[in-house]
Amino acid sequence: MKKKTGMKRRTFGALTAGAVIAAGGTTVTRTAQAADKILKFVQNGNMPVLDPIWTTAYVTRTHGYFIYDTLFSMDANNEVKPQMVDKYDVSADKTLWTFTLRDGLEWHDGTPVTSEDCIPSIKRWGARDAMGLKLMDFVSEFKAVDAKTFTMKLKEPYGLVLESLGKPSSNVPFIMPKKIAETDPFKQIDSQMGSGPFKYINAESKPGEKHVYVKNAKYKPRSEAPSGLSGGKVVKVDRVEIIEMPDPQQQVNAIIAGEIDLIEQPPHDLIPIMKKEKSLQMIDWNPLGQQFIFRMNHVVAPFNNPKIRQAALLCIRQEDYLKATVGEPEFYKVSSAAFIGGTPNAFEAPNGLFIKPDFEKSKALLKEAGYDGTPIVLMQSTTLPVLTNLAPVTKALLEQGGFKVDMQTMDWGTVITRRTKKEPANQGGWNIFHTFTVAADILNPISNTYMVAQGDKSWFGWPTDPEMEKIRDTYSKETDPAKAKQLALAVQNRAIETAQYGWIGQWYGPGAARTAIKGWLKAPVPVMWNIEKA
Amino acid sequence: MLDFIARRLIAIIPVLAVVAVFVFLMLRLTPGDPAAVIAGDNATSDQIAMIREKLGLTLPIWQQFAIWMGDILQGNFGESYFFKKTVAELIAQRVEPTLALAICTMVLALSVALPLGVIAAYKQGSFLDRFVMGVSVLGFSVPSFVIGYCLIYVFAIELGWVPVQGYTRIGVDFGGFIEHMILPSITLGIIYVALVARITRASVLEVLNEDYIRTARAKGLSNRVVLMRHALRNAAVPILTVIGIGVALLIGGAVVTESVFGLPGLGRLTVEAVLSRDFPTIQTVILLFSVVYVVVNLLIDISYTLFDPRIRY
Repeated sequence: MKKKTGMKRRTFGALTAGAVIAAGGTTVTRTAQAADKILKFVQNGNMPVLDPIWTTAYVTRTHGYFIYDTLFSMDANNEVKPQMVDKYDVSADKTLWTFTLRDGLEWHDGTPVTSEDCIPSIKRWGARDAMGLKLMDFVSEFKAVDAKTFTMKLKEPYGLVLESLGKPSSNVPFIMPKKIAETDPFKQIDSQMGSGPFKYINAESKPGEKHVYVKNAKYKPRSEAPSGLSGGKVVKVDRVEIIEMPDPQQQVNAIIAGEIDLIEQPPHDLIPIMKKEKSLQMIDWNPLGQQFIFRMNHVVAPFNNPKIRQAALLCIRQEDYLKATVGEPEFYKVSSAAFIGGTPNAFEAPNGLFIKPDFEKSKALLKEAGYDGTPIVLMQSTTLPVLTNLAPVTKALLEQGGFKVDMQTMDWGTVITRRTKKEPANQGGWNIFHTFTVAADILNPISNTYMVAQGDKSWFGWPTDPEMEKIRDTYSKETDPAKAKQLALAVQNRAIETAQYGWIGQWYGPGAARTAIKGWLKAPVPVMWNIEKA
Repeated sequence: MLDFIARRLIAIIPVLAVVAVFVFLMLRLTPGDPAAVIAGDNATSDQIAMIREKLGLTLPIWQQFAIWMGDILQGNFGESYFFKKTVAELIAQRVEPTLALAICTMVLALSVALPLGVIAAYKQGSFLDRFVMGVSVLGFSVPSFVIGYCLIYVFAIELGWVPVQGYTRIGVDFGGFIEHMILPSITLGIIYVALVARITRASVLEVLNEDYIRTARAKGLSNRVVLMRHALRNAAVPILTVIGIGVALLIGGAVVTESVFGLPGLGRLTVEAVLSRDFPTIQTVILLFSVVYVVVNLLIDISYTLFDPRIRY
């Protein structure tokens, strides 16, 4: 590829536009911007919503990390560390938690962050997030002791207090000013004031075009070195612009041309093009990666029959999915662990489940269950490239295992609408769809939404299993890490026994950056602090 | 004339009413739930149901329609489900790139297509004529996104003459504005050039066989004057008609072109709104496009009188 210069383009523009182009205002604007260090970053999708509690969209979660701070956060070793909190204490009976904020925390308008702000922020998050809802089941009372200290009284011990408050991904318990945090959790907030390392510049941001953030000069980072989402959030640029550019090919063209600095996660099929570019580097910023999900509808035939669900899981071969969607083995990992291979709760599934299919056993189970050959309605989304090839693989595998499959193609917007329907599959309902989740969201049986088995209160597919809920509940109350780990294994085993859902492969999507970029932290979220631009 | 304009303006009302009913019903009857999109992938059915209720989507369809129409009649186009802005604000923010693209495309296309069409007619049967018509067939046949990506590869990536994507507002940096408009205007203009060049050639050819052209030539007028003053002017009515019809092409093409070049205009807003099922935005943008189409064609009808004095309203 030939490399261009600003002068070359400038000359062309000038020739084209004539002398008028050389108007003074033009020069002033460009010179002023050139003096600042500006990072131009493209996320995986557009960001129309700016309330990270109102939506679980990952782009909005990332925005949250720009402008808000969290009480706790997860480090690179997946351990929860204090962030806004200076010190915390738990009573001997493990029911009274006391949190003290560190010095120097200020909102963007210069007013201090107080415990009165933290309480409604946790409550608002607790009304929307799965882990927040669970935590709130245990909380009997919050109390502001003084400006910097507050307590959280539990009805009984809960083993995941820190994991909840340090939850890394959607929804993240961001701390907002009291007045904003008191907004109805089901209504969007209308202010972007936080206490985080960046300030959102509303006047310059144009959703659909770009979002502008400037360094919060008054932010006082922690003294520790940055690690994952924890430690010192030291901003090393003056300004970050999130450029809204939904087309992946356009993103790649733009980064090659030097018009943007970072892409969150370009599609795998474009990585070889970028690897050839000397001006670019690929950065594995999210070492935990993502996991593909195979979700069955438990409330309609035939998957209301556990044997037929088990037959379906017996057909899964993760490598087929990963090759079809990700391609290069360096970007995927075959792992039958529900709570992500390589993490504390990782346990491989027995009998090669998810790794090596057993089509004969699947056929035998179908016969035993009386499967009548009614086609399985499989929803295929074609608007999210990473999901598009999953459904054809499922169709091929299930057919080898004795199923008949009716794969229906639609956009993601239709999938997420149709998956809410509980009607029989041939009356507008569904039997199977796929999605993916950030691995950091599913590291334990409580944060893992797909493990919930409370019928109508469960995630789509609505599994009901009192035994599963009993184990999850015991897990949530267990404060001994060794015992908790065994309970996590029990949850995974129960999910396999009842064929609650399928986890069909872990994958990684590196980010792309210009070589002038240094310091992109390894974390489950693409964060812009610590990044330098030469 | 004023009567004609008044009648045509009044006729817009039923057109918009039909469009409004059609768009509203289409959005409600096709699959897609904005509440599910808002709630995100981790939401439960209960959370989606609560959001649906907050958005008023649980009301009967007729009631939702009545509320929307009532608001529109008061000049309130509603609030986007996602952007936390009124639809009017969103449109105001996005209209400049689309308008700029449409004007640049129109200027570029007409300044190329009209001379090409006239020359092709004048040189009927020549290599030039065949070349122009061949290129115009190509212009029709190749999808604009293919043209767009080819232009980006050559002029933005290989040669580095223009930016790959994005938009600079005209008031911020005129040079940047021109740089960002060149490739999108060419991309969108090619189909328009093809359309207008072909109709220009056909119309001028027809006129060139008229007696008054022979008379003009017999009077010793130059080819330029015969072609531009006598032939093109008399061929203008069908050309204008096609230009008016072509506005629909521009609107449709803007959706694709804005996506390929990352222009934050109404076309991209429409795509984003459709994918996220942002009903108030989709409804208003489509109504706006309908108004533009009808008004442009009204202006075209009025302009006939400038070229053909026999036409009176």
